[in-house]
Amino acid sequence: MSLLLILLIVLPLAASVLIMLGANPRVMALGAAVLNLLISIMLFARYDLAAGGWQFLSEWKILPQLGINMTLGADGLTLTMLLLATLVTLSAIWIAPKIEKREGVYYVCLLFISAGVIGAFASLDVLFLYSFHELALIPTFIMIGVWGSGDRQAAAWKATIYLGLGSFVLLIGLLGLYLSIPAASRTLDLRQLDQMAVAGTFHPSSVIYLILLVGFGSLVSLFPFHSWAPPAYACAPAPTAMMHAGVLKKFGLYGLIRIALPLFPDAMHQFNGLLLLLVIGNILYIGYVTVAQKRLDWTIGYSSVMHMGYIFLGLASLNIIGVNGAMILMFAHGLSVAAAFALCGEIRRRTGTLDYSELGGIAKVTPVLGLLFGFAAMASVGLPGFANFAGEILVFFGATSYGPAMILPVIVGVWGVVISAIYMLRAYRSTFWGPMIARWDSLTDITPTATWSVILLLVPLMIVGFYPQLLVKMVTTALPR
Amino acid sequence: MNSLFLEIAVVLLGIVLLLVEAFSDRSNKDYLAYLGAVGLAGILALSFLPQSAPLAGSPEAAFITCDILSVFFVRFLLVATIVTLLMIPGYRSVLELYLPSERAGGGIGEFAILPLFVCAGLMWMVSSVDFIMIFVSLELATITLYVLVTYLRQNTASLEAGTKFLILGALSTGFIVYGISWIFGVTATTNILALPDAISGLPESSLYSLLFGIAMILVALSFKTGAFPFQFWIPDVYQGAPTPITSYLSVASKAAGFVVLIRFLLSLEAIPVLANKLNAVITLLAALTLLFGNFAAIPQTNMKRLLGYSSVAHAGYLLMGIASLASLLAIPAIGFYFAGYLAMTVLAFVVLQVVSQATGGDEISRFNGLSKRSPFLAGAMLLSAASLAGIPFTAGFIGKLLIFEVALKQGHYGLVILGCVTVAAGFYYYFKVIRAMYWQQPSEETAIPVTATTKWLIFVLGAGILIFGIYPAPLLAALR
Repeated sequence: MSLLLILLIVLPLAASVLIMLGANPRVMALGAAVLNLLISIMLFARYDLAAGGWQFLSEWKILPQLGINMTLGADGLTLTMLLLATLVTLSAIWIAPKIEKREGVYYVCLLFISAGVIGAFASLDVLFLYSFHELALIPTFIMIGVWGSGDRQAAAWKATIYLGLGSFVLLIGLLGLYLSIPAASRTLDLRQLDQMAVAGTFHPSSVIYLILLVGFGSLVSLFPFHSWAPPAYACAPAPTAMMHAGVLKKFGLYGLIRIALPLFPDAMHQFNGLLLLLVIGNILYIGYVTVAQKRLDWTIGYSSVMHMGYIFLGLASLNIIGVNGAMILMFAHGLSVAAAFALCGEIRRRTGTLDYSELGGIAKVTPVLGLLFGFAAMASVGLPGFANFAGEILVFFGATSYGPAMILPVIVGVWGVVISAIYMLRAYRSTFWGPMIARWDSLTDITPTATWSVILLLVPLMIVGFYPQLLVKMVTTALPR
Repeated sequence: MNSLFLEIAVVLLGIVLLLVEAFSDRSNKDYLAYLGAVGLAGILALSFLPQSAPLAGSPEAAFITCDILSVFFVRFLLVATIVTLLMIPGYRSVLELYLPSERAGGGIGEFAILPLFVCAGLMWMVSSVDFIMIFVSLELATITLYVLVTYLRQNTASLEAGTKFLILGALSTGFIVYGISWIFGVTATTNILALPDAISGLPESSLYSLLFGIAMILVALSFKTGAFPFQFWIPDVYQGAPTPITSYLSVASKAAGFVVLIRFLLSLEAIPVLANKLNAVITLLAALTLLFGNFAAIPQTNMKRLLGYSSVAHAGYLLMGIASLASLLAIPAIGFYFAGYLAMTVLAFVVLQVVSQATGGDEISRFNGLSKRSPFLAGAMLLSAASLAGIPFTAGFIGKLLIFEVALKQGHYGLVILGCVTVAAGFYYYFKVIRAMYWQQPSEETAIPVTATTKWLIFVLGAGILIFGIYPAPLLAALR
């Protein structure tokens, strides 16, 4: 039994308890985040690729009568997502500005979000996968409402109701899945579910797949269940938006890869047309909506919704290349959108506005900030050299080999890359270039702390961009051989 | 040991405490609550000694049973009474305000002693298998509760609540007696366990008289359990009653009502004609209770009323379990739900009691900025609200999960979908409290003091919510 995975969950929670008991919030939070990053890098490096499968297993009996245990374990995909989660957590905590009101609650909320998402990725039992994700619901609500900006209360309510309802739809789907297993062998353990699916002893109804798609889909902001995401990200404080858009949202995709792909192969084929229709909605419709945005935070919020379309496209191609691409893109998008929101928050703290009409030319006074934002924007567009490019190209390759049904979605997808170049370059230009408005003369450049916390996100993006094999061989372990 | 022993011990404890109160000169009456709690804790410990059901053929076997349901709920009621008694010392200032007396502490002592008699009545109720016994024990509990609800007799709100409770309670008593007499008229028995045999020999034509009697009893029990169609007394009475009593009403008296409902329906389950009809009725009642409780809670601005509607909502989820009684897992699910419900509801009332005394009111707006004034109380309330809303790793989530699971197994798909919608509504109104505590600014910045007893009570209840939510297996094992 390896206790490293449970340690990843317990460390942030323990730090939260210490903060509640009066320890210095920032020191505790940073300490837990650094330790967690080190542990997840170590796990990533120690994963035995030759053996593959689930490693670092540990198990606690929770509800033996119902066949429910808390089982933690990791394969290459899990470790990739854990790396993403711990990287973004450290960056988000590091870049958090001086908190004037209730500093303790702020860091406790961030740590709870982090513990929840790490627990969700590390759980092999579907019930715990679900439960850990829910842990983030209340902290998000509190953070947006207390430290957010703009129309934060409405945004917090909207996100909470959408996510709460989406989670309950998901829970019903999972209960349905559980009850469709023959009574003697009921379990929610992913390993046993996979075995049953392979052995053909388990045939869940395809209706359950649709319920799961709606449930997971609303958590990932799949069109048309996306409308909670842009306002929530625009109004949330930067670290919350980084955690949520960067990591937490990937949970829905992770769930689909873990549950829908192996257990519902027929249903996924059957309803692929529907999923592709929604994907086109995500890429084309949301793409144009993004172009129409007049504020930087809303542009990035909508762009994060749009990019989910590519990941769904990879899933819908239902072959190893496409799904591999989707998984790489999950990692890449998580880092790039977190970097974008981090810089967005830095700009807002300096200028107090993110409206394109009021910004412009600030790269003259904030050159480092401008440079970093340029990197983040290029990564987000999918320029070669960044992990996003590797993911997108794999998604396109996978999709084209699916068959004629994919022709239209692939054309839309390629056109989507052009759209995202349009809005990202426009955002970059209207914020940092062009004539500078006189009142920004006295802006200060980004602090070294913030610079390093963004570099922490950009460096892995470029490493994977130049050497994608590093991740490809890891995430492939999640797929049947 | 005989199963009547525990109830008799509770009554004796109550009588002894009444005598102590009468002959002692101490003006601070807190010690009565503590003595009562300690005494009940002793009786709770006794309940873990091996108990035997009354011998078949013995006189009490016709009235009393000792099965897993009664054993679990007797302990549940003892715990509920202990935590209520421990809330009472924190309520002394309100009692003194509304009950001025020439003698210091005069007229306050009984407030901590009367709950013992309610407890004894409810304990008998969950153990009895005969309508006459149920009726008598119900009256012992209810009449004592009339006194407790109106205890703040100089406070018009308390009096108003008591009057409503008295009139509607008397009406529901009428219904139950009327129902019993119809059933007795048809079957010539008042014993619940003897009902299936008595009914199976009946001619078809007397079925409708029987159904009428059953309907009357269901109406009366819906009053006790706070379910549709007899739920409307709840918000008004909850709002006016003294806070510890409100908490007791919403936990203990609801639980006893549900146990009687379970016994009654389980016995009728044996007769297919009735079982199908009753299942349809209970399903309908569950749906209406869920809808009413959750949607009427949304616009509430008073915390006590909100918790009142929330208790109706939880009765709806419990009725989902009752509608699935055909499954063997239904009773463990209901029992578990109640254990979690006890911890989270009482925790909410404890925090409410402290906050409303510090701020002078029960409105949700009194919780504004609580996270600044007392992070401890705000954290406790947050935990309670999360559990009430059904967030994972709390007892409330596991309870809902178990209930939804048996309901799905029994094919109540409609109820489960409705349950999902109402859970989402629940998120909204419980999060309103979280919003007040964390988003809003407090009207004053002074810290809210918390007494040591209250602090420990909060710790224990909060630990209960988390332990049942993270490691539910032992409690579930006790229910099988």
